[in-house]
Amino acid sequence: MIEGILIGLNTALSIKNIIMVMIGCFAGTIIGMLPGLGPMTAIALMIPITYGFEPSTGLILMAGVYYGAVFGGSTSSILINAPGIPGTVATSFDGYPMAQQGKAGKALAIAAYSSFAGGTIAAIFLLFAAPSLSKVSLAFRSPDYFGLMILGLTAVSAFSAKGHFLKAMMMVVLGLMLASVGQDTLSDIPRFVFNNMNLADGISFVLVVMATFAMSEALSIIFKGSDPTQAAKQISLSKLGSIRLDKDETKKMVTTIPRSSIIGFIVGVLPGAGSTIASFLAYGMERNFVKDEEKQKFGKGSVNGLSAPETANNAACSGSFVPLLTLGIPGSGTTAVMLGALLGFGIQPGPRLYQTNPEIFWSVIMSMYIGMVILLILNLPLIPYIARILAVPRAFLIPLILFFSVTGIYLMSFNNFDIYLMIGIAVVATILRLYEFPMPPLILAFVLGGLMEENLRRSLLISDGSWAFLWDRPLTLCIMITILFIVFWQIYNSYFKKK
Amino acid sequence: MQISPVKIISLLFFVFSGFYLYHAYQIRVFAFDENAPFNAKTFPILLGYAGIFFSGLYIALPEKRPANVNLSVLDYKRTITLVILMIIYGVTILKAGYFLSTSIFLVLSYITLGEKRWFWVFTLSFPFVAIFMFLLHGLLDIYLRDPLLKYLGIIG
Repeated sequence: MIEGILIGLNTALSIKNIIMVMIGCFAGTIIGMLPGLGPMTAIALMIPITYGFEPSTGLILMAGVYYGAVFGGSTSSILINAPGIPGTVATSFDGYPMAQQGKAGKALAIAAYSSFAGGTIAAIFLLFAAPSLSKVSLAFRSPDYFGLMILGLTAVSAFSAKGHFLKAMMMVVLGLMLASVGQDTLSDIPRFVFNNMNLADGISFVLVVMATFAMSEALSIIFKGSDPTQAAKQISLSKLGSIRLDKDETKKMVTTIPRSSIIGFIVGVLPGAGSTIASFLAYGMERNFVKDEEKQKFGKGSVNGLSAPETANNAACSGSFVPLLTLGIPGSGTTAVMLGALLGFGIQPGPRLYQTNPEIFWSVIMSMYIGMVILLILNLPLIPYIARILAVPRAFLIPLILFFSVTGIYLMSFNNFDIYLMIGIAVVATILRLYEFPMPPLILAFVLGGLMEENLRRSLLISDGSWAFLWDRPLTLCIMITILFIVFWQIYNSYFKKK
Repeated sequence: MQISPVKIISLLFFVFSGFYLYHAYQIRVFAFDENAPFNAKTFPILLGYAGIFFSGLYIALPEKRPANVNLSVLDYKRTITLVILMIIYGVTILKAGYFLSTSIFLVLSYITLGEKRWFWVFTLSFPFVAIFMFLLHGLLDIYLRDPLLKYLGIIG
């Protein structure tokens, strides 16, 4: 492992890669601060730029964007009570009241230190957990993988869209349907091509991500008449106050950070759960841990109340990389985009990744840590100025997002058809968003579609067409029971539970 | 009786799944693969049924949390104009070249969204695209197809 860490450090600490982390963190912070534009959009917009890079450099850039976007989301939560991403909603509970009390600088510092500490502790967990889990996952067979993928999709549907489980499941099916277009990987038989040669190779992952996130988010902003940059214009440089923390505040953070890191990491590893649940869970648990006196301050500017969700959401980000790097199965929409990018580089993540491509495996882990340091050193003092950059009018921001999206596809194929298809998918996604159909399950399903079919094929061929493979192995059986439990629980909760 | 828009979307998805299922059954597989436990149409057929199941369930079950969308406040005009501009951008990008079509798309989009500061409209279109192209093509060595600039001898 030491050797791996050194390889990772060597790659991550090259001048080029450090610059990439810095650019990633900076760009991610800017995009993450805009309410409505989250890490998935930020990463999607970066994909075309990574085409010309080595896989490790491209992934390092995307990891930086991911962390930057989460940090940016916290900033808008604290300063203007408008969380950039769902994972930072809990941050606003105590962050915004602090800002209103004239302690915005302090709140930003608490958020930054907590994010840094949470991310660092989780990166250490990841360092030890990933190789061990990789070894364990070598024992997994096709039925287990098939089951795990269904579990991931079901869990993302259950958690990413609370109260909209059936809508999310429809999105899962739609994502899988889109993934089935093109030639069958084994027999080369064309499917749903309708004699159109442009569809023979299937629909590009980048196209779907750009259409359902970057482009449809931009169109949604115009359609709804909202202005995400309005928030940034309210930020006043003079009202931030000091970023220095006193002894008492530091002491409170020291007790909160370890327990919230553990909660965040564990929740992050679970498929579908992610930073939103981690931050709410950590906030709720912290409220139970603190003394009655501090409990009264929750919701009114508590240091513990701000530190807990910030620590947990960053720890969850690191945790979400565990299933991606060890099993090759993303547990969230954001890591699904990362998986798509990895596949685009010709790399198949999974238990053998850290043996076949150790420089990628370790450099991603190490760059996460470097990303945290950069966020702390560079972004914290620069936040007021970054916020000013954001005061770019909507009339400029939206066309630029659309331009980046179209450019991404143009660079890939130099084909008009892909642009039309992307516009078509974006229009449909905009309407679906309007009626609260969640997009992350669609992306996750689209990315997993090919792998799912492959594992189902193997399982059915081995069991000679019998579906008994779903319960033959104890591990597969456990996974299937968990899936059934989630499905019935969600349907019961949504339709039959008396309020 | 008023039908909720989400139910209508679910109904459309139900029909789409039926269409998808029909075409899944039409996929031609090799003769030796016809009775195999798994062939090219197995997975799509399962997906078709899954789509029908979930959309059917949504249509059949009562809606507990209907989406509340005020259609009268939506900005149809600007959204449709932007979509049309994107389609035109898609049509012209190969013929007129990346630089010209992108710059014109940006200018028209800024104007559509109500921008009137001509200095910024110009700066964030033609020079911005030129710098972006230089970064991609010149520095990152990412190939950018632009027949017009190639004809003019600006790029190789």
